Amino acid sequence: MNATQNSPKVMKETKNKIRVDFERTSAWTRFKLKYLSLSFLGQLIFKIFRLVLLVGISYAILYPFFAKISSSFMSKADLVDVTVKLIPKNPNLDIYKAIIVDNSYFSALFNTAMLSIFCGLVQTFICTVVGYGFAKFKFRFSGLLFLLVVFTMVVPHETLMLSMFMKFRFFDFFGIVEMIRGESFNLLNTYWPLALLSITGLGFKNGLYIFMMRQFFRGVPDELEESAYIDGSGVFRTFLTIILPLSGSMMITIFLFAFSWQWTDDFYTQVFFTKTGLHLLNDIAETPKSLDTKFAGENMYVSAITNAASLMIITPLIIVYLFCQKQLVQGIERSGIVG
Amino acid sequence: MNKEAKLPAAVKAAPKKKRRGASLDRKKGRAGWFFIMPFLLGFILIYLPIIFDSIRYSFMELQFTSGGGYTLTPVGFENYQNALFTDSGFVKTLTSGVKQMVFDIPAIVIFSLFMAVLLNQKMIGRAAFRAIFFVPVILCTGLIDSLDQSNVMLEYMSDMEESIDTGTGAQSTSEQLANAADLTWLFGSMQVGSELVTYVQGLVADIYDIINRSGVQMLIYLAGLQSISAAIYESCQIDGASAWETFWKITFPMISPMILVNAIYTVIDSFTIASNPVMTYIQKIYDGVNGQTLSSAMSWLYFLIVLLMIGLVTLILSAYIFYQRRD
Repeated sequence: MNATQNSPKVMKETKNKIRVDFERTSAWTRFKLKYLSLSFLGQLIFKIFRLVLLVGISYAILYPFFAKISSSFMSKADLVDVTVKLIPKNPNLDIYKAIIVDNSYFSALFNTAMLSIFCGLVQTFICTVVGYGFAKFKFRFSGLLFLLVVFTMVVPHETLMLSMFMKFRFFDFFGIVEMIRGESFNLLNTYWPLALLSITGLGFKNGLYIFMMRQFFRGVPDELEESAYIDGSGVFRTFLTIILPLSGSMMITIFLFAFSWQWTDDFYTQVFFTKTGLHLLNDIAETPKSLDTKFAGENMYVSAITNAASLMIITPLIIVYLFCQKQLVQGIERSGIVG
Repeated sequence: MNKEAKLPAAVKAAPKKKRRGASLDRKKGRAGWFFIMPFLLGFILIYLPIIFDSIRYSFMELQFTSGGGYTLTPVGFENYQNALFTDSGFVKTLTSGVKQMVFDIPAIVIFSLFMAVLLNQKMIGRAAFRAIFFVPVILCTGLIDSLDQSNVMLEYMSDMEESIDTGTGAQSTSEQLANAADLTWLFGSMQVGSELVTYVQGLVADIYDIINRSGVQMLIYLAGLQSISAAIYESCQIDGASAWETFWKITFPMISPMILVNAIYTVIDSFTIASNPVMTYIQKIYDGVNGQTLSSAMSWLYFLIVLLMIGLVTLILSAYIFYQRRD
């Protein structure tokens, strides 16, 4: 009799349902213990604070894009209208149309896309190769040579603006070309300067990519290659068949960086391409000729045009980013830039 | 006796073996040279001449001739003298630019560390927040940055809140926020110097700029945070350490090498952003009449100062850095 009282009550309600009544603390007590304690309150406050902070900063980051989008659709009347805040009253596509037609957006898009894809691919491959060389091989001066990579990272490229311009305007290898041809090459307004810089790992922020790649390869265990060597694979074959497939995610990260930074680059393109030269996305930010900007809100209108242009420049990048952001963030985390 | 006779033979054999090992290493070393060859060739054939020319030009007068050629006349230190003593704006811009940088570095380094720690925690929507936080890394660089800088709409922002703008609207909103929170009063009761109050006020007003510039730093910190072994945190928890203590005793020392990396990266990065007043000034000189060589001289001066700053930052920070011994 006693034993049946202590054991949980088992009641058969229906054929398939069995209810077991345990002797347990009441729901209210459990609730009180779990939620009405000081530590839970502290955690809750912290979580709310964290959420508010993150949402606030996300807003600060995204707000300019919303503002740009809304202003680019505004008509002239909206721009001088004080009552118009973020949402335009008479949205139209005049600015977009003008930029597409007058500033020949699509040819600029095509040129920039070709340039960025080319530079991105070449830079990714070269930085991978160079980074691998620095990470896995011990040879004389390797430390010193890596310092040179860091050096190219540290020297601001503005410092080299004039000499880069002169180098590629009067391109020459120690006077050899001039001896043969009588004059040096003029490489401005061609893809050559950027191609040469990319192939040699000297392009925009390439030092950083080499650095990241080196850190990534340092994390790859040596045993992997050693076992390949023992199996009779050469250094290059090991690199191509074992290391390259392994570093795919990291290479995508680097490619994304290289691609998007080349896409929005305005330094090299300004130095190497003159106004009359190759039509790139940099040039579409000008005020289109068909738009009459002479009215009361002229400055605002010019700004709205700039906004529309910059939106058109970054739209392809946004699409790429949306697809690859997970890859990007994970790739960087995996790289373990820690030494 | 027999043993002793055998020993020299073994000793003789040993170096032979060693040499064979060294030759394998050398073989691998040679392959290493192949791998870094693109960079090495480029550095010697393209980069070094460019650097050398840049230094040379800063001591020269450059004149483009009508036939498409150019003439160079050495002028000694005239460009440097012009930059430092004759040119009215350079020294002023330089000092204010360097001051700005000195203020920005701690702000960016601390802010990005804070955000990275937050983004590293497990919570709902972490992936979304991360995606948003790294938007500036991809989208707010180079061209877009400079387009935003030259945007006239910014000037209207001071009297037109909340209307269309390019993002510095956030700045004005944050200024409002700063006024509302009444930072001066808050800090006044904390008895800290008025310099700190103005500094923090400036930071709050500049928060948009700081967020935009700390994207890569956040990534570097995140990478660092991920590499800290979870076992350490677990043992801390078992020993009853609070989150606060864990941060200062574990996370902070472990992440301290990243702080140095980020401080240096921030210094370097602030060279290249379009909002850098010194670089804008140098660019203006470059575009001006016969200003190319002068701008070269100016940027080398600036570079020297920044190198000095990197050295100082490294010197100061490396005293506090904790290196975990690896292998």
